[in-house]
Formats: sequence, C-alpha cells, structure tokens
Amino acid sequence: MSSQHAHALAADHQHANHGSLKSYIVGFILSIVLTAMSFGCVMSGAVPHDLILPGIVVLCVAQVLVQLIFFLHLSAKPGQRDNLSIGVFTLLIIAIVVVGSLWVLHNMNVNMMHPVPTMSSGSIG
Amino acid sequence: MFGKLSLSAIPFHEPIIMGTLLMVCLGGAALLGWVTYQRKWGYLWSEWFTTVDHKRIGIMYVILALVMLLRGFADAIMMRAQQAIASADAAGYLPPHHYDQIFTAHGVIMIFFVAMPFVVGLMNLVVPLQIGARDVAYPFLNSLSYWLTASGVVLVMLSMFVGDFAATGWLAYPPLSELKFSPTVGVDYYIWALQLSGLGTTLSGINFVVTILRMRTPGMKLMQMPVFTWTALVTNILIVAAFPVLTVALALLAADRYLDMHFFTNELGGNAMLYINLIWIWGHPEVYILILPAFGAFSEIVATFSGKPLFGYKSMVYATAGIGVLSFLVWLHHFFTMGSGADVNAFFGITTMIISVPTGVKLFNWLFTMYRGRIRFTLPMMWTVAFMVTFTIGGMTGVLMAVPGADFVLHNSLFLIAHFHNVIIGGVLFGMFAAVNYWFPKAFGFKLEERWGKASFWCWVVGFYMAFMPLYVLGLMGMTRRMNHYANPAWQPYLIVAAAGAGIIALGIGFMVLQFVVSIRNRAENRDLTGDPWGGRTLEWSTSSPAPFYNFAVLPQVEELDQFWADKEHKRAYRRQERYADIHMPRNTGVGVFMAAFGTVLGFAMIWHIWWLAVAGLLGMVGSFITRAYDTDVDYYVPGAEVEKIERARLIPQPGIDHVDPAKAGQKVA
Repeated sequence: MSSQHAHALAADHQHANHGSLKSYIVGFILSIVLTAMSFGCVMSGAVPHDLILPGIVVLCVAQVLVQLIFFLHLSAKPGQRDNLSIGVFTLLIIAIVVVGSLWVLHNMNVNMMHPVPTMSSGSIG
Repeated sequence: MFGKLSLSAIPFHEPIIMGTLLMVCLGGAALLGWVTYQRKWGYLWSEWFTTVDHKRIGIMYVILALVMLLRGFADAIMMRAQQAIASADAAGYLPPHHYDQIFTAHGVIMIFFVAMPFVVGLMNLVVPLQIGARDVAYPFLNSLSYWLTASGVVLVMLSMFVGDFAATGWLAYPPLSELKFSPTVGVDYYIWALQLSGLGTTLSGINFVVTILRMRTPGMKLMQMPVFTWTALVTNILIVAAFPVLTVALALLAADRYLDMHFFTNELGGNAMLYINLIWIWGHPEVYILILPAFGAFSEIVATFSGKPLFGYKSMVYATAGIGVLSFLVWLHHFFTMGSGADVNAFFGITTMIISVPTGVKLFNWLFTMYRGRIRFTLPMMWTVAFMVTFTIGGMTGVLMAVPGADFVLHNSLFLIAHFHNVIIGGVLFGMFAAVNYWFPKAFGFKLEERWGKASFWCWVVGFYMAFMPLYVLGLMGMTRRMNHYANPAWQPYLIVAAAGAGIIALGIGFMVLQFVVSIRNRAENRDLTGDPWGGRTLEWSTSSPAPFYNFAVLPQVEELDQFWADKEHKRAYRRQERYADIHMPRNTGVGVFMAAFGTVLGFAMIWHIWWLAVAGLLGMVGSFITRAYDTDVDYYVPGAEVEKIERARLIPQPGIDHVDPAKAGQKVA
C-alpha cells in the first residue's frame, strides 16, 4: 500500500462514524434482549407452536439490523454511501436467494410430492 | 490413533493408479532434487513462497492452473479413450468405479483448480497495475488466499493415491453423496478440498473489491477504469455474494456425513433438491465469475490490437453490471427437469434468454471495435477471434437449452456437455490463453514467441471443434453424460472422432509447453525494454516490463479513460522525475504458507477421522493467525534514492521513445 493511500484510508477512518459509548451500550442491550426473546419464544412455552418459527425469523432479522447499525455503523450519512449501496445489493441478493428458493421448492413439492399411500413421512419445504 | 486411515487405503491393486504414483514420485523427486542441486530453496522461499507481491502471487496462481490443466486433461483423455472403446461387447480399460472418479475429478479440477486460479491469478497480476496501485488492499490476505487454494490442490491430488476421490459427479449431488451411498472418503476429500480453496477464493474476492474501490490512483473515477478492472470488480462482487452459499451447502452436506444429520437424505425429512437448489445458486454466478474476466481481457486486447478505443465503453460497463445481477436470477435452468412446474420453469427460461442480451451487446462492441480498425493479428488477437466464433456457437446452444421444453430432451445429454465445454473452453480458456500471451511481457519482461504459439493455437481450435461437435450430435442421438459403457454401436464413430479431437488438443498443449520453453530460451531476442510492447492503452503499460516491485515510482495522475494512450499522444508519457519519494511497501511473510499447511493437515485429518490431528491442525491455523496479528513489523519504506536508481536504469533517454511505434517496439531499444 502506498503511503498516499495509507493516509487517505486513515483520513477515511477519522471521518467515519465510530459510534459513542452510548450507542454501543444501546446496541449491546438491544441484542441481548433480542437474543433472550428468541430463547424465550422456544423455551417458555407461552408462545403458540405455529408462531415460534416466524417469531424467531423476525427476531433474527431484527438482530442483524441492530448489529449492522450499532456495531458496523451502517447509516445513510454521506461518508457511508458506499457501505449503504453494498448493503442494499446484499439485501437484494439475499431476497433473491431466500424468496427464490422458497418459491422453487414449494412448487416442486406441490408438483412432485403427491401423497403416496405407502409413504409414512411427508415432505419438507 | 489413525482414524479410518490404514495401509489398505493405498490402492495397490490398481495398476493405472500405481503407475501414475510411480511417475509422480519420480518426477517429484527429480524436481526437488534439481531445486536442491541448484540451491534454490532459499530463493524460492524468500522471493516466491512468502511473497506478498500481487504480481508474483498472480504468476504462482497461473502456474498452479497450468499444472492442474495437465492433470485435468489427463482425466479427459482417459475418458475419451474409454468411450471410444467401450461400445457394445467391449468393456474398455477403466472399471466403472475408477471411471466415475475420473469424470468427477476432471470437473472439479477444471473448474476449481484450473479456471478459478487462472482467473484469480490474472486479476492479481493485472488489476493493481491497471488502477495504478502498488499492491492489493490486504497483501498478506492475498498470500493466504493463494496458499489455501494450493492446499485444496494438495488434497485433491492426494485423493488419487490415498483412499479415493468422489465418484458422484463434480457437484456431488445427494442422496448419492450421502454416507449411505458413498461410504468411502471420496466425498470427504471433495468437501474439504473445496472448503479450503473456497475460503481462499472468498478472501480474494473481498480483497479485490476493496482494492478496486479504495486504491485507485489519484483522479481515476469508476467510469475511467479499464474494462478488465470493471469485469474484475463485478466478478469479485459475485465471488463475495455467491461463494458463501457454496460453503454453506457443503457444510450442510458435511453435517449429514459427519454428524448424522438429515438435511439432504432420503429419510427423516431430508430434501436432496434443496442441495441442488443451493449449489446452483452458487453455480450459476460461478460461471460468470469465470467468464467476466475473460470478457475483460478480450476487451483490452481488441482495443489494443485494433488501434482504437473500445467501442461502447459505457455499454460494456453496464452490460457487465447487468450480467452480474442477472446471473443470480437464472440458477433453476440447471434443473428444469426436477419438476417445478410451468410458472417457475417459464420464469427462469425467460431470465436465461435475457442474460444472453448483454453478452450479445459485448460481442457487437468487440466487432465494432475491430470495424475499420488497423488490426494486428498477433496471438492474443487470434485467440480473441477464435473466441468470438466459438463462444457465439456455445451461447446459441445455451439459449436453445434455455427453452424448458427443449431442455427436457437435452438435460444431462452430451448436448449439454458439448454446450458448456463450448463456452468454458471457447470463452474462459481461450480468454486465459489470450491474456497469458498479452500480459506475459508485463510479468516477465519478454514476449512469448509466436511460431509454437500459433501451432498451439491451431491445434487447440481444430481439436476443440473435432472433440466437441460430435458430442452435440451424440446428445441429439440420445447419449447421456458420464457413461462408462454403451450398447448402441451407432455412437462409436462419433466418439472415435471426439477422441481424435482430444488427441489434437493434446498436441496443442504440447506446443504450448514448447512455446514457453523456446520463449524462455530465446528471451534475449524477445526482450521488451519499453514496457509497452503492444502499443497499449492502459496504465500497466506505462511502467517497465517486468514491472518493478513497487509498480509505479510515481502514482500516475488520471483524468480520462485510456490515460496512458492520451499521454503518449501528447508526448507526456515516460517523464523522468527530478527526485523520487520514499515508497511504503508491505513486508513478505510466511504466515500464509503456515496457515495453509495447517489447513491441509486439518482437512486431511477430518477426511480420515483422525480427531486429535484435526484439533492440532485447527490450533496451528488459529495460532499462526494470532501470531501474525501481533506482528507490527509488517511494512517498510523503499528509500527514494533506491527508486531513483531503478528508474534511471530504465528510463535511459531515447530519441522518440515518447511515442513508441507498436510494430517496432522491443526491437528498437534492443
């Protein structure tokens, strides 16, 4: 790396938002609360069976967002545009992969997994 | 103590493998002996193995790819020979279990250990030079990436002699690859070799995205980057986005095999189709990861040898970016026949046809660049023209198979095999050969000679058509892939022609080796003293050949596309400086070698269930990394005086050197 680049990078770092003690503590507490809620979802027995899976997924996505914002400092500020656009691209790819896989495998199950009388176990999506 | 490993793991009863082992041992011993005799170990270690110089790492990647090309091709010619013989009553010379390993190894090696190292090596060599950087963003990581790829190679090569390799096909589809149906260590070799090299590739991807986004020379905007750098950027974004999916798919398969889980098994709720879905979510971007840098190389070559700026630079950039996004939307076309129904198949059929549009745009751009250009038919240009014809044929058969109805007839037939060899050989491999001929002088300081190069070119092109056109016909006649034996004698004549074609390709490879040997022997005649042997347009040609380890004594200032060309036109190029500043450079390190060596131990131990050794390997890897993390002596400054000495030796005042006549470059100063 050239010295010029090294300096440019160092300058970048100084301007980048590295967060305050307060934001780290808020993020820390939020992520602990979200983790506890995920475990609570499964272990308390208070949540209806059908809601456990969607509940964990929602809490997990919230966890990802909390970590991105409070620990990786993703924001819409001018210095963060690159990170934000890469973040948006990542979201697009994840959406394609997840939604696409669900769609493809659901269709496959509908078309291919007709119940056969002798089969004891069903299919999974 | 040694897990599943015992002496019986070595296939003593297989004469072909034992013969190969003997040759490898003799050849290896000769090579090691020669290096020892020449007392080159110290030099190799301190100048090459531990290097963090992107150019040297790039060269090592390409050498690795060429060596593995020989191995992968040996597999290919064995398959062609078997199929040429094994018709009707004849059984051929390869037992089915061995044959199945060969076609699996051929696919795995050609994609992961030939095409990938070739592409990554080329990006290593060229990208930092094209953007006016002195190295990549993370030089140590780069060395680690290379050595992890090498450790994957070690495991794959070892599998032939200790145990066996997967006999599942190159993507190891379950349920066949599950423990129940593949109880030997073959699939485990596959998993760990790909996990190690895949980790290296992912790290490379991150490294190059950061390098291209953050380390461009002052003034160079994104839309002033050479097209090769653009294709490298998109390729590396694809690597970062797609390779984790491969890692996860293989990790889940490993969990099935090692921890008795049921992600992809037939029973207990497993779903093999999920694996196939995941592996192609990686697999389709992967083919664009391979082809985009080749497209970039062709773009540079066409512009240089037509003596014109590239036609439609912006459309080229947008086409590349478009392909990058679309490549994530077509994966299902690899399994239309799996039964998703008309809606899904139609969607992916249409996206597949759409992705051929930007590729078509690129082809027309290259044609219009050549149109009314002053074309010089050097070797890189010949490979480019061969690519344009061959790749177009392969692309059209691909669009044909994108029709789901047609695919139901052609799926898993030799038509498919012909199609993807048509695009991968005609696209990626021809591209890499063009690039090797084009950038060789930048790497080594002398040009490759043309006579044997042309002989190799014609053998490759003729051999390719002879080997693969019959496969299209065979596919339409109903022959499926991966057959050890067939009962239909009508297929045999075509397979004999195909085997002869493979023989001609073998000649092409031989001539290519000869080309390297002759070029190295006669290097004094082909020296490139200008740094710009072809009359190039981009920044890598503005520095000397071979480029000094710091690439640029003074970082070039960029205001437009093809800055170096403009500088030559306005006689601003090759300016000498009054004084040179100190240059900040990374220090060589052996940690990458150690980490990859421990990684190889880890992989080998996991394959054979030697748990204590696996723990040792993992601790070694993590320990080496922690040691490195506490090392603060990782960089140094090259004194300006030393830079001045190197630059003065190069820039001897030459009348008329400001604008080198491309046709005479090289001879003029010699």
